[in-house]
Formats: sequence, structure tokens, C-alpha cells
Amino acid sequence: MSIRTGRDEAFRTSGRVVIVGASLAGLHAAETLRREGFRGRLTLVGDEPDEPYDRPPLSKQVLAGRCPPESTALPHACALDAEWRLGTPAIGLDRAGRRVRLAGGEEIPFDRLLIATGTRARPWPNPAEAALAGVVALRGRDDTRRLRQELAAGPRRVLVIGAGFTGSEVASVGRELGLPVTVAERAASPLAGALGGAIGAVAARLQREHGVDLRCGVTVTSLEGDARGHVRRAYLDDGSALDADVAVVALGTLRNTEWLRDSGLGAGPRGVACDAGCRVFDMYGIVTDDVFAAGDVARSPHPLFGFEFLALEHWSNAVEQAEVAAHNLLSAESERRPYLHVPTFWSFQFGVGIESAGVPALGEDVVVVQGSTDDRRFVALYGHQGRTVAAVTFDQSKWLDFYLEQIETAAPFPPRYRTVDQPAQRRVVPADFPDPAVPSHGPMVIRTGHSPTERAWTLVPARG
Amino acid sequence: MDARAGAGVTSMSAQTDLLAQILDHANRANPYPLYAELRKTPVLRAHDGSYVVSRYRDVVGLIHDPRVGLGNTSQGDGDGVSFIAMDPPDHDRLRRLAMRHFEQSDAIRPELQRIVTGLIDRMQGRQRIDLVDDFAYPFPVTVICDRLGVPHEDEPRFHPWADAIVGGLDPRPGRAEAAAEAHVEMTRYLSALVERFRAQGGAGLLSGLASDEGMTTQEVVATGRLLLIAGHETTVNLIANGMLTLLRHPHLLDRLRADPDLAIPLLEELLRYEPPVQLIRQLYSTLDDVDVAGTTIPKGSRVTLVLAAANRDPARFPDPDRFHPERPDNQHLGFFGGIHYCFGAALARQEVQVALAELARRLVNPRLLEDPPPYRQNATLRGPRHLPVEIDDVV
Repeated sequence: MSIRTGRDEAFRTSGRVVIVGASLAGLHAAETLRREGFRGRLTLVGDEPDEPYDRPPLSKQVLAGRCPPESTALPHACALDAEWRLGTPAIGLDRAGRRVRLAGGEEIPFDRLLIATGTRARPWPNPAEAALAGVVALRGRDDTRRLRQELAAGPRRVLVIGAGFTGSEVASVGRELGLPVTVAERAASPLAGALGGAIGAVAARLQREHGVDLRCGVTVTSLEGDARGHVRRAYLDDGSALDADVAVVALGTLRNTEWLRDSGLGAGPRGVACDAGCRVFDMYGIVTDDVFAAGDVARSPHPLFGFEFLALEHWSNAVEQAEVAAHNLLSAESERRPYLHVPTFWSFQFGVGIESAGVPALGEDVVVVQGSTDDRRFVALYGHQGRTVAAVTFDQSKWLDFYLEQIETAAPFPPRYRTVDQPAQRRVVPADFPDPAVPSHGPMVIRTGHSPTERAWTLVPARG
Repeated sequence: MDARAGAGVTSMSAQTDLLAQILDHANRANPYPLYAELRKTPVLRAHDGSYVVSRYRDVVGLIHDPRVGLGNTSQGDGDGVSFIAMDPPDHDRLRRLAMRHFEQSDAIRPELQRIVTGLIDRMQGRQRIDLVDDFAYPFPVTVICDRLGVPHEDEPRFHPWADAIVGGLDPRPGRAEAAAEAHVEMTRYLSALVERFRAQGGAGLLSGLASDEGMTTQEVVATGRLLLIAGHETTVNLIANGMLTLLRHPHLLDRLRADPDLAIPLLEELLRYEPPVQLIRQLYSTLDDVDVAGTTIPKGSRVTLVLAAANRDPARFPDPDRFHPERPDNQHLGFFGGIHYCFGAALARQEVQVALAELARRLVNPRLLEDPPPYRQNATLRGPRHLPVEIDDVV
């Protein structure tokens, strides 16, 4: 198909690739490299001791005890023939010397680098309180093991701090196990950051129907332990207090970019900026040749959504962006592919499967086009400037492919076509996303502005 | 009809007879060249007025398109249609209830094995067998009657009923009347059975549904009737088509004998290569104008989806006419898709995996006596009427 230069061919045969981050994105990048014929040296660096495993079940089946944490190991689609550096986080990058520095001092040379360090759970802000037994932030297998032990010990009450997807799923499992659960959320409803207040209100009703003591518009201000250092009590900013033996900290995520601080790359709290082909920008907005990024940690301009830089914390994004990044890392310029993936995600909570496509957070308005929110089974579309930008389904995911195409083709909003199971009246209402000035928990699609060098939290002006 | 009706559609030309040719029994043994011809016209206006769609991408698009529906509700005609013919929300409610009471997990595997063993044991000492009458036919009926909780002694009554009702799908004289009669009789039988379950309890799906508050007796009966027919004819054909395919590729019989787990991917390929439901004819209609491959199918049109043609679409499956048991990326339409994805797919998979693996293991040197074998009349649920085979022994 193409004429490869000698340099490219030599790289494919005997080049050195380092992938920093050994989870879903890192693994898929490695597999793609091998599948596409990379025969050189491949090193995967991971801060966790385990080989790559799947995280979505950790807050669902594994937490509920339906399968053991070990069962989440990700299968290898092909022989990787890779060198693994597990349990040793990368702590620095020397771009001029083309080396990744690991904790412990080892330096690994590379010709091309792929950054897939992902995110970690945002910790409870008070370190002393965070260290109390029974306070758990859920991200990895060990967190799930700890939380399962705490839940199995028969706590008087489980407090979930933050009602994003992780918090809501943990609350769901808690109720499934028959435990009293309180959920405290700063926004006016659960899932407000990801789905907006209008659909969040449906999630709120769902939680309450399942016996969750849901408190919205409140902030947990402190946690209190007993003499043996186990959490027993929480204080809220509405002046109330409650007794709880488990506190699950579900305050969203932080991007693992600190190790790149002195690298000169365009990396910061909002992620690692890269172009539509996953090539990383440096701090001046100049695109690099040999450094790529993929997965939760990457933020890249999306052509379907006004080329705004989006950071996507989705399983499918980790897989597909890793494949594009690895392909482009191996390819000559003319063979590179853009990353055009429409974000999709799923969640399972309180007996309902929630799936979504597109970027709900871009929507100003939302309309239920199929089913009924009263029945907890519906399709809702989000609109931005007269076009469809997202679809969210509750127990109606089989229709999602159709709406995905509506999003890809920027179909008019509100839709005018007739469908099966159409409500008597299609009412367009404000989607009601929280003011971006107030950080909310786990929106999962994070709008990070239009500048590749954006390193700080920026405020997107309130709508109107 | 809409002014745009027929824009870009090949209508009423020589090609309009393609669907008629497909329905013609003379072409039953090998309709695949006709399907290939059909795919050349992505949207074909057929002689019966329906719009025929046959390419993989387009069929999948329509299956997931909420602007296409079936138009029935549970409050339909007095007799009650089952959820297979309904749109949401009724479809979703009834299917979900039925799923809750329909055990089709691995737990039933030993029972399937026992039934299969019994049927093959009966072939011992014979040199000539009919894999349809001796095996493919009795096996799924026994299984589905068991699942539903129909008493064993009543099982023989279901064969002629199911036959007549499925036969009614074919537009031939007398068929419709026979189907209607069987429909009435089966409904009467099932209603009585459900009433008995309501009073006395029992085992199986019907009793589970009868004791569930979510369904009326009429809805339970309609669900039972659906599963008896759908669980019956389709599985018969899947097994018969499967054995026919294996007998045409004897090296695969050897491989399956050596490695029974090959049955798992092999069945998926079979569902692609010889799907038991070949087409969904005129059941769907458009609720709005729908664009397919650059052609507008106007609002209110009947649509025919040719699943078997989509399964052989070279744009989706490389080398589509080759039977490749380990085909990667085999997302076939053998169980349909979308909200009406085969309700009993998990059960059918287990049944046919066990059946093919056991037949391969126990029949010694099986040889096809007639190729092609005689086919049933039905073009939709296509399969051999008989599959005469010679064997040396049964182990």
C-alpha cells in the first residue's frame, strides 16, 4: 500500500517502544503493535503489581460477590512478547535523552513512547480521615477487596460520598446486600455531572425506590473514627451527622500526569493533550513526533464536537483510542488515522442498565423520545444548537446503534421522526447540567477547552 | 403514498420476481445465488408491494431502527398475539416476564444430554436413518415441552399443531385454514393447562407465568404458543441443516468427533451459513420515511428483511459462501437482532451443540443418501423435510 522509508522499517524490526500504563489502554496498545507487525522491543510499565485487569466489574459483580477479583484479568488476544515492569510507577520522562525513569531508579530507553497512565480515584481530602479503616476510594482490585470485607462485616450503615456512576453502583450493591445506605451528593441529583439534572432526577427516584437514603445538595465535611481508628460517624454541611461504619469516597478521578511535570509536554491536571491522531503536544502546543497518548489520561480534539478537547473516562475509549494511538505510532504519516470514536458507556445499578452514546454534557436540552421515565425505561436525546449530540438509555440499549448514527450525522434536534413506543408528547426540557464552576463527581466526559496547552481547570461559562 | 415513494427503487421490472423465485419451492435447496442477485439491488420493491432489504449493513440498520415497527399490542385481536409480534412497551414487559421464568442456563445440559442419548440409542442396529424424523424433530419438541411444563403424555399432540401453524406461513390453498384450526386447538389446550397450573401449581415456564401477576391467562397462552412453535421448527431446521452441512464436509465431522468443543464456533458459523429463519417477510412496517442505502422507503410501507442474504454479504463476511467453523468476527443474524433477538437463543445453542457433537461422536461413517435432500415447503423457516443417512454402526 505504501512505501515505507528505511527508518520506518528499521523501527518496526528493532525499535524500542515503551508503554507507560499497564491497564486496559496499555494492553490494547501493546496488542495492536504486535498485531500490526511491530517486532522490536516492547516494555509495559505499570504502577500496580497485577497484569492488566478489567475495572468495570469491580463496582458491580465483584463487589456484589458474584465473581472473585482475580476473575477480572484481561485476556491477551495475542502473544505480546513484552517486558513487564509491574509495581514500579514511572516517575519521570527525559525527552531529550528518550528515557522513562522508574521509581527505584531504573531508566528505560525508547524510540517511541505511549502514555496510558489513566486516572486514579480522587482521595478524601483530609489525609488523617482518609486513613481511617472503613474509608475506601474505589479504583483497583485491592480497593474492592477491602470494601467487600467492610461490607461483609455487617456495617450499621454505608455512606457513599458522591453519586457519580461509581458511587451509584456501590450504593446499588450495598442495597442488594441488604445494607442501609446513605448517598451524599453535592449536586441536586445523582449522575448530574454525566447526565444532567433532568435525567439525574430519574436516577434519584430510582435510588429512593430501592431504599437509598439519598441526600442531594449536601457536602460531607468530616469523618470521625473510633478509638481503634475505624470510621464511625460523618458530618454534613447541613449541620446533620450520621453513623456509618463504611465511607466510600466516590469523588471522581485525578489524572496520572504528575510524572510528566518536568517533561515539557502539554500535560496537567486535565490530562495529556494530544492531536486527533493521539500525538502528544508539548507545552508550547507543538506536536511531538514520537510520543503518543491514549485512554483516560488523554485529552484530544473531537471533530464531532467542535474540536473541543475531550477527556473520556470510558472503557470503549480506552480500547479504541489505544488502537489508534498504537497504529499511528507504527505508521508513516500518510497512513495515520484520526480518532473519531463517539463516546459510549454503560452502567448497571438498581436493576437498570444505563447506556449512553455521544457527549450528554454538551447538551442544553433533553427530550425523551421513546418509553417513559416513570417506567424507568426510556431513550433520551440531548441537543446542542439544533443538533443531536448524545443519547442516554435506561433499559433500552438495543436502540442505541440507531441513535449513535443520529449523533454521527449531527441529526436535527429535537427529532421529528415517529418511532415505536413514542410518548404521547415529546417535551423538550433543559438538560440542567450543574454549573461547571462547581466541580461535580465523575462526569466521565470532561470538556477541557480548546487549547492544547490548557493546564489548569478552566471555567466553561454557564449557558444562556 | 408519499410523493417520494419509489424514488430510486427498481420497481416492477424483471427483478421484481426475485422474491417470487426465492419463495418458489423449486429453489429451496439452494436459494443463495438468488440472494446474491438480490443484494445487487439494496432496496427492491417486490411483487407483493413490500420493500426487500438484503445487505448486512442495511438489515442491521433496520433491525435497530425505532422508526420501523410491528404495530401490534397486547390488546390486539381477541386471541392475543405474542410478544414476538409486538412493539415496546408491551413487548418489553411481556418478554422480560417470560425471560424471568425461562430456565436455559448450563444447568439443563445433563437433561439435554439424556434426551439426545436416548434418541441416538434408538438408532442402534439400523443402517438407514432419517436425521429429521428420528432425531431433529423429536428432540427440540421434547425439550421445549419440558421447559414449558407440558405433560409428557400430551407431547405428541404438539407435533401436528406446530406443523400446521408453521405451514400457514406459506400462501398455499388450504394452509391458512389448517393453521387457524391448529391455532384454536392449541390455544384451547394451553388455556386449560394454564388454568390447571393456576389452581394446582406445577413446574416449568407456564406454571411460573401463571403464578406471576404480570400476565393475563391470554398472554401466558400466547407466550406458550410462541415458544412451542418457535422453539420447535427453528431448532429442527438448525439441527437438520447442521448435519447436512457436516455430511457435505466430512472432515469436519472427524474434527468435531476429536474435539467436541468445536461445536461452539461451528454452530455460530452454521447460524450464519444456513440460518433457520431465512427472512422476515412483511411483518415490519415503517412509521416514517426511512432512508436505506440512498433510497427512501416511504412511511407506511411493508418491509421484508432477508437475513440469510445479509449473512452471506461479502461486504461483511469475507469469502461468505465458504463454511468456516472458526470464522472470526462472526456477528451473524442467525438469531436476528435488536429487541426481537431470539428469546431462546441460549437454549437453542445448548441443544444444537450437544446434538451435533453427539451425532458426530456416535454415528459411525454416516453418509448422505440424497443430496440435496427433499425440502419443506416453507421459504421462511427453511430446512430439509427428510435427511436420509446411511450408517455403519452406533457407538
